Amino acid sequence: MADVFDSYTMADAWDEMFERPGVVRAPYEPVFAALQPLDAAELSFRAEQMARSFTDRGVTYAHAGEERPFPLDLVPRILDAMEWDAITRGVRQRIQALEAYLSDAYGRCQVFEDGVVPYRLLHSSPHYHRAANGVEPPNGVRVHIAGIDLVRDVDGGFRVLEDNVRIPSGVSYVIENRRAMTRVFPSLFAEAPVRPVDEYPQRLLASLRAGAPEGVHDPTVVVLSPGVHNAAYFEHALLARLMGVQLVEGRDLVCSGNRVRMRTTRGEVPVHVVYRRVDDDFLDPLHFRPDSVIGCPGIMSAARAGRVTLANAVGNGIADDKLLYTYVPDLIRYYLGEEPLLPNVESYRPEEPGQLEAVLDQLDKLVIKPVDGAGGAGIVIGPRADRATLDAVRERLIANPRGWIAQRPVMLSTSPTLTEGGVAPRHIDLRPFAVNDGSDIWLLPGGLTRVALGEGNLVVNSSQGGGSKDTWVVPRHRTRGEGGPSILSAIAAGETLPPARGVAPRQLGPAAEQQGDQQ
Amino acid sequence: MLSRIAESLFWVGRYVERADDTSRILDAYLHRLLEDPWSDEDAACRSLHAILGVTPDPEFSCDIDQVLEHLAFDRTSGGSIDGAIGAARESARRAREVVSTEMWECLNSTWHSLAEHRAAALRTGPHSYLGLVRRRAALFFGLADSTMNRDDGWRFVVLGRSLERVDMTARLLAVRVLAAVHAPDWPTLLNASGADESFLRAHRGAGDSASVAGFLLLNRDFPRSVLHALATAEECLAALADHGGRGRGPYGRPDATLLPIGRMRTRLEYLDPEVLRSGLPGLLRDLQEACTESAAAVAAQYFPYDGPVSWSQEGV
Repeated sequence: MADVFDSYTMADAWDEMFERPGVVRAPYEPVFAALQPLDAAELSFRAEQMARSFTDRGVTYAHAGEERPFPLDLVPRILDAMEWDAITRGVRQRIQALEAYLSDAYGRCQVFEDGVVPYRLLHSSPHYHRAANGVEPPNGVRVHIAGIDLVRDVDGGFRVLEDNVRIPSGVSYVIENRRAMTRVFPSLFAEAPVRPVDEYPQRLLASLRAGAPEGVHDPTVVVLSPGVHNAAYFEHALLARLMGVQLVEGRDLVCSGNRVRMRTTRGEVPVHVVYRRVDDDFLDPLHFRPDSVIGCPGIMSAARAGRVTLANAVGNGIADDKLLYTYVPDLIRYYLGEEPLLPNVESYRPEEPGQLEAVLDQLDKLVIKPVDGAGGAGIVIGPRADRATLDAVRERLIANPRGWIAQRPVMLSTSPTLTEGGVAPRHIDLRPFAVNDGSDIWLLPGGLTRVALGEGNLVVNSSQGGGSKDTWVVPRHRTRGEGGPSILSAIAAGETLPPARGVAPRQLGPAAEQQGDQQ
Repeated sequence: MLSRIAESLFWVGRYVERADDTSRILDAYLHRLLEDPWSDEDAACRSLHAILGVTPDPEFSCDIDQVLEHLAFDRTSGGSIDGAIGAARESARRAREVVSTEMWECLNSTWHSLAEHRAAALRTGPHSYLGLVRRRAALFFGLADSTMNRDDGWRFVVLGRSLERVDMTARLLAVRVLAAVHAPDWPTLLNASGADESFLRAHRGAGDSASVAGFLLLNRDFPRSVLHALATAEECLAALADHGGRGRGPYGRPDATLLPIGRMRTRLEYLDPEVLRSGLPGLLRDLQEACTESAAAVAAQYFPYDGPVSWSQEGV
């Protein structure tokens, strides 16, 4: 029987599953063993089942006004505990530095005085909000939730591609992917001790509650969503549901006297912490865009007065400005006195003297990114761009050097992925999600692995037709069971359950109690 | 409970009930048409439209295909089955963190499967499509009963369902009374209300117009009767109003949401049986008005909005 990996040809990149053709990396062994005997038809069948269940459950995102199931690939992405530990430490360090920078930039501005980062970088950032100046969050946290995008280069090392500390999204797919995978491949999970991901909502709630305004002992937390037409509405609703809090829209809130309340069937109820999934610009028409109808007028004043906590804080955009990204290693050295654990991708700053020319000289060898882009929009990959595109980006660079950075292309690692033509390598990245409650930065084990579904495609965003993979963190040395099938794999195989060892089979009726007493 | 969510739940209840009732009515009528080769298809189809409040073009003859297109498959109309399921799904999606996952999946997968069943209905007749809608509506309300807390959220779902049920039953009877020429016969009406077997048992197989109308309006025990639905709506409204010391106006009178429903309920309870023979049109009109009035009062009381943006200028 032809197995699914027969015709697999590794791409010219780090392959997550195979060390070299035919040699599987250790953490992948159980998955390989489970998938290999399946043929393509069986895999497609399970993939269809999964897509169907996503559609029925409404696990969708909005793309061009249409609800689509978020594609989930059947082959999981696996990280062993040591890799994960290194990522955890690197991400924590980065968030600590970004928190310190935000506090400094909206406070004393020492980092600019000391010449580590130029002042102009702050004031030229479109995400710098004066309204955020002097707002001191109750427990010092501005980045309650971070999504730090990582890629793995040809040598297998992880590098930071970008920081997301405004409103990173995607965590709902981590939770839903896991649920779908455990249903379609129950036996896999029975054999591999995969670290669970269902802790996230409670961690998030704890962090939001920890950031409540002073003096509020039992805060009311809400999730603020732009509404059902937002691309990430599914995620907003899922998080509200799993945290057991209200999902509100701007029109559900009223502000007066610097207090925020929500309209309920029993009158107006105070709100203390808002996990907002609305961009800064739309949050409060009194401060930002006056034409916004999805925000809540007055919420910014309430936040400034310390009566309501906004998570993540307004103005965080200055920390994930891609130009600031190039300074983060310096910020880690400056604030923490440590060397960065996760390196950046080698980058140029066209706004600095001399660098624009250097970038323009090798435009066709670099990746050019707008500093405030999201979702992969506006990125030009030099080596793959045609002349006209390069000319256009050249003009835009000259016109506005501050608006762009340039990076050495990274050949993202690939992972075996089910495609129309069988299992083939596709490029992937990784977005770990971190939750900061002021005393600890906790990482959701694994995070979201996004996969570029087009062959050779390097942009993985869902808005660019990307999919995702369930991401597992497993121990370095698998502890095998004592032999024999585990209960779950037995269920999967349709066997009846063996009686648990050391316990006499229970009988119904009075005899059962007597037996229980003898134990 | 957020006002916006309460409103969504209320409409979920209404729309699912509307889809259920519409499919019952269509199924009973179409079955009758097929069984009785002498029936006037055009007239029957016109009376169907009249029940559901749609006026067909008088110029053209009206046939079964057209009826199904308008009253079953038209996605753009909240008065058709497809449209009502779509609207219920959209409302449930807006209240996604309150509606239980099982309820949501039931609506969502039903909505996704409608296209397939619609295609089948065009080939082999609408019965399986209409049956699916009824089963899914039953499943949905069953899940609401077994997965939702008996809190205000559940009450809004049941309230929406009850008001819609009163309204639809009143419409059904009104056509029999008002358009007597093309009107469906009584057994069809009973069948469309899911009441044929209950009625036969209660009346030991015999009955006339007044007893059928009496059964559909006044039976205390039959869950689809108007009286039963009114009593259920009244219970929900009373429980909603009870909290927070509201619900009573001056002189201890019930509040505006309860008044029209309570009045109708008592009127039915003490109804002179003669009204079933002579005064039915007026009674049915009053029933529909009471539903409209109560729904408006519920909206004013529990879903207050002051426009998409409310400005409250104040110092920074």
